[in-house]
Amino acid sequence: MSYRKDMIWLAFFFGVLMFAPMLLPNNYYLTILILGCLHAMNAVGLCLLVGHAGQISLGHAGFYGLGAYTSAYLSTTVGLSVGLSMLSGVALTVVVSILVGLPSLKLKGHYLAMATLGFGIILSILFNETVDITGGPSGFVGIPRLSLFGWELSKDVTLYRAVAVMLCLFVWLSFNLLHSRVGRALRALHTSERAAEAMGVDIARYKLLVFVLSAAFSGIAGVLYAHYLTFIAPSSFGFMFSVEMIVMVVLGGMLSVPGAIVGAFFVTVLPEFLRAFENIEILLFGAILVLCMMFLPDGMAGGWNKLWAWGKARLSGAAHG
Amino acid sequence: MDPSSLLQYLITGLTLGSTYGLTALGFTIIFNTTGVINFAQGEFVMLGGMMSVYFMHALGLGEPSAVVLAVLGATMAGALVERLAIRPVRDCPTINLIIITIGVSILIRGLAMLLWGKDTHVLEPFSGNQPIMFLGAAIMPQAIWVLAISLFLLAALKLFFSGTIHGKAMLACSFDSKAASLVGIGVQRMVLLSFMISAFVGAVGGVILAPITMTSYDVGIMLGLKGFAACILGGLGNPFGAAAGGLILGVLESMGAGFVSSAYKDALAFVILLILLFVKPSGLFGPKDSKRV
Amino acid sequence: MKATKCVVALVAYLLACVPAFGGDAIKIGAILSVTGPASFLGEPEKNTLVMLQEQINAAGGVNGQQLEVIIYDDESDVNKCVMAAKKLLDQDQVAVVIGPSISGNTLAISKFFSSAEVPLISCAAAEKIVRPVDPWIFNTPQLDRHAVSRILMDARDKGYKRLAILTVSDGYGQAGRAVLKELVPAEGFELAADEVYGPKDTDMTAQLTKIKGASADAIICWGTNPGPAVVARNRVQLGLDTPLYMSHGVASGKFIELAGDAAEGLVLPAGRLVAVDQLPADHPQKPVLEAYVADYTKAFGPQISSFGGYAHDAFALVMEAIKMGGSAKSGDIRDNLEKISGFAGTSGVYTYSPENHNGLDESAFIMVTIENGTWKVLN
Repeated sequence: MSYRKDMIWLAFFFGVLMFAPMLLPNNYYLTILILGCLHAMNAVGLCLLVGHAGQISLGHAGFYGLGAYTSAYLSTTVGLSVGLSMLSGVALTVVVSILVGLPSLKLKGHYLAMATLGFGIILSILFNETVDITGGPSGFVGIPRLSLFGWELSKDVTLYRAVAVMLCLFVWLSFNLLHSRVGRALRALHTSERAAEAMGVDIARYKLLVFVLSAAFSGIAGVLYAHYLTFIAPSSFGFMFSVEMIVMVVLGGMLSVPGAIVGAFFVTVLPEFLRAFENIEILLFGAILVLCMMFLPDGMAGGWNKLWAWGKARLSGAAHG
Repeated sequence: MDPSSLLQYLITGLTLGSTYGLTALGFTIIFNTTGVINFAQGEFVMLGGMMSVYFMHALGLGEPSAVVLAVLGATMAGALVERLAIRPVRDCPTINLIIITIGVSILIRGLAMLLWGKDTHVLEPFSGNQPIMFLGAAIMPQAIWVLAISLFLLAALKLFFSGTIHGKAMLACSFDSKAASLVGIGVQRMVLLSFMISAFVGAVGGVILAPITMTSYDVGIMLGLKGFAACILGGLGNPFGAAAGGLILGVLESMGAGFVSSAYKDALAFVILLILLFVKPSGLFGPKDSKRV
Repeated sequence: MKATKCVVALVAYLLACVPAFGGDAIKIGAILSVTGPASFLGEPEKNTLVMLQEQINAAGGVNGQQLEVIIYDDESDVNKCVMAAKKLLDQDQVAVVIGPSISGNTLAISKFFSSAEVPLISCAAAEKIVRPVDPWIFNTPQLDRHAVSRILMDARDKGYKRLAILTVSDGYGQAGRAVLKELVPAEGFELAADEVYGPKDTDMTAQLTKIKGASADAIICWGTNPGPAVVARNRVQLGLDTPLYMSHGVASGKFIELAGDAAEGLVLPAGRLVAVDQLPADHPQKPVLEAYVADYTKAFGPQISSFGGYAHDAFALVMEAIKMGGSAKSGDIRDNLEKISGFAGTSGVYTYSPENHNGLDESAFIMVTIENGTWKVLN
């Protein structure tokens, strides 16, 4: 897609997000939207990493949790201001992602998956076992609510707007990145690492850059999550959530940022829709996942493009006929 | 630290490790023919155990016949998974296939939960519950069964891959599936066979482990995770590496719990695994990383 | 278009699933972990609520009003629990909510209830839920503190000095471990070993071998099925003769089935549900327990546990509060809950007050042992 088309999409998406609360009958839907936006932040970062840089990660829930726990600890136990805690949470996530990324990104394919998976598991064990810091398995209680410049966002709608703006900022950043020199390097890297290297692309640097950026997205999402819910528990940051993030990205269409967002909202909303089916909910979830992958191999973005092309062909066919 | 405790940790670790090793073996077989990490592998292990319990209670069968039926049933499930979910989309990118296996594992787990409930079940050990004392350490008869059957399976697979025409054909697929099909190997049939064999191995694992570890509809997740780790530790694609990786992981955990801290035993095992990977990026017994453009 | 028809049919079906507004029925919400790791709690709790709702409605409702119990499954997951809570509060607008099944989820959503001014009666046991008291939050299970002090009383009677603890690293085990680490030294015992196992672990031999080396007089194991059954089996397999205490988390027939012969002689605190037939005839809980056990086993088979009882008591307490005040408004239910005194439930005899939102004490537990595959009440 061209840069202009991407920007038009972003403007449209921003409009939808801002307008959405007015159509919602109550706060329950707003909760779904906020969680959807937070999941989408994770998915956008992972889309850059998995889709565009071709590096898998099964440990991003760890970054999500690291941001959340650091900010929670600093603001609640240490007593720093919320803004400062949030910044420190993100900063720590970035530092850790550099430390993890440097050795891990030398690994390839499934070995990289294992390294990131191992990292995620180690972090989730730490969240569980360092009870004095994290509150352990039963969770961290009493985190202050998100506030900006000393102004607490006590209403869900205001908080939602802040989260939505942040998400759009991420998308804008990602589009700009993809249309820059880095984006071209990534595409070269994805096609053939060796060829890119031979052409003088510093692949190690670009890989690390995208890894750290995606970790930072997850870290920020985690920080916002902690100060939105004011409660966090280790079970939200486990291996299953890392897998869920990958599912969001692949379901949306690996190379498409809008796809990743749609995938994230889909995975967030689907279980709520399936509530009516009670026990067979899990069956339906599994079946939908399998069927989506079987019939939409390029994800929802790919399906949409096909539909678009098909519609165009029919329209022009009708015009000619 | 007295030697009998050390021996006990070692024995515990080896028993635990063969669980992981058997799951890892299943991963390896499918990976070798398809390049796919089958995240539903843990569910085959679960099916072995849960179906045995089901056949014993619902059909009133004795343990031996229930066990045989369960293993056959799980093998059929493996074939079904390949036929219904993998074959129709065989030309998709690997990551899609992997996500499909994740979906399949959710489906199988959900089905097991609906059919057989959420309870944990036990199987009776094959030859009694009386531990054998050896230099002050207790060895369960079932642990000997587990080790022996694991070794037997490993040897049988070795024979199969190097001694039979099907085995050799499957190996050929793993090297280069296009070339294999050019020389007249039915690649699709080999993929089907690999799913059946790995489901079979997984189910046998599930059956022999259930008396020690108990079984329920959700045991597959943890086993799948540890099995994958064992695969990578040993070097992906090498069946002996997978088995050895499993044993090493098991011993690491049990020693970690014994000597360091039971709370951090898994973390410890994974830290060591990460360090190993950073030092030796293709696992302990993995192929040398040859640079090819 | 076939696809369009399918979508329309699906939407129509989904709309049909939304329960119709049923006049002036009293709406009671429930958030339970029917699936996921805590399903051993949520499933019997859900069964219990469904059963009780039918009973009440068949008998003409409460104060002449029918009941509508809306149950959501949180899948033992925090985010799903938060969404379920918002749905009950904002969309379904229920008068009172029962659950969640686990402590973490209760703590995650309790502040929504105090700001919405809807009472929440949790089926989870953590002390943090009710201490300090939040005016809108109650719970029904016995506190871990009471279970631990019953175990320590027994240990003192038997003359044990050095105690080892082995706890599971989930919310239940963490809460138990905290109380054990506080009370064991405070009651004059020595903590010989402090070991942990993971909720999905299948072998605790290493931990027990370590405890063996610490020469403890007794071991206290804190967890829910199946972990403690593995501990019991491993203990026998290792030939360890150190006495083993369990927590009330395994007080169900399932534990005896899983642990087999290894369960013989273990001692644990339990609610009276496990030994209804051994209760004296004049015990206040006897009629409640007999009725509950009979109804539940008739409807859902013999696998009864005391966990479903937490939901039973929460439901019964809400009914009592509604009857007392003759009102099903959230505020009135809350006020009247605090006035309940001497109310016999399945877990114990409840006396709530503005300072006490748990309502039970140590007497809610009896010490039992396992003999010939069944429960036997001690002294």
